[in-house]
Amino acid sequence: MNYVLNPWPWYVSGPLIAFVMALLLYFGKTFGMSSNLRTMCTIAGAGKFADFFKFKWKDQLWNLTVVLGAIIGGFIAVQYLSNNSETNLNPTTVIELQNMNFKNPGSTLVPNEMYSLDAITNPKALILLIVGGLLVGFGTRYAGGCTSGHAITGLSSLQKPSLIAVIGFFIGGLIMTNFILPLIF
Amino acid sequence: MKFLKFLLVGIFFGIVLVKSEAVSWYRIYEMFRFQSFHMYGIIGTAITSGILFLQISKKGYIKSIKGADIFVPKKEKGLVRYILGGTIFGFGWALIGACPGPMYILLGTGVWSMVIVIAAAILGTFIYGLLKNKLPH
Repeated sequence: MNYVLNPWPWYVSGPLIAFVMALLLYFGKTFGMSSNLRTMCTIAGAGKFADFFKFKWKDQLWNLTVVLGAIIGGFIAVQYLSNNSETNLNPTTVIELQNMNFKNPGSTLVPNEMYSLDAITNPKALILLIVGGLLVGFGTRYAGGCTSGHAITGLSSLQKPSLIAVIGFFIGGLIMTNFILPLIF
Repeated sequence: MKFLKFLLVGIFFGIVLVKSEAVSWYRIYEMFRFQSFHMYGIIGTAITSGILFLQISKKGYIKSIKGADIFVPKKEKGLVRYILGGTIFGFGWALIGACPGPMYILLGTGVWSMVIVIAAAILGTFIYGLLKNKLPH
């Protein structure tokens, strides 16, 4: 049971993520989580403002169901399949983050300094969450996919556009983490 | 009933991403600082297994549930949209530590403030839809 309750090693996790992709392809669908953001725009009536949102959103109900499942999966994982072990981060990472005033790196999944209900009463944390969400939502649609659609599905099917997109993901991520985050915190 | 299988796939996906710690903000930070192999191991083995699966199915050994060939839609050709869009996505991914799958999963783990991120991401997608025809692709 400890094998389940402890964090799973990368060599178990990676193939299981590929299994999710394989299952969806087996069911005749494609693994891509960011498409749901567009579907939600359409359901909210965005078709009145741009043709991009005019499509039969009911054809995407299966994907919204995956989203619902993912939320439930997150709940099950922390409630029943965890032993509250901390994330085993590189000690250098921990020290770095402590120097940036993150109190307990790795003790939670996301930093309380950005996500706790206390933190979001602070305009700075709130703005970071909003700006981050906007960038992800805009960027993923501009790039035509996210980590699941490009990095997993696109690279597994050896598509050049996905390779370019993933290179973009890393350019943006490296700049943010190495140069911008130190300015923010 | 036809949606039950998708619900189960979603549940499985959520559990795997929490247990692998791929939903951890700190793991994303560590990855972009090149201070751990963990995330590279996950992404690397996921892609390797994915390539293997698709190559085997290409040979006709694996069919879909309806007996058809396994089919992955082709992404449109292009450069600017992928590099620019990808970079913008990367900025957001590294800042909030979550991409569009983990956003929902983290909400399920009890990170309520993720609602703000998800709402902003929906708005971001909406803004893209408005500007689509004016952007270089």
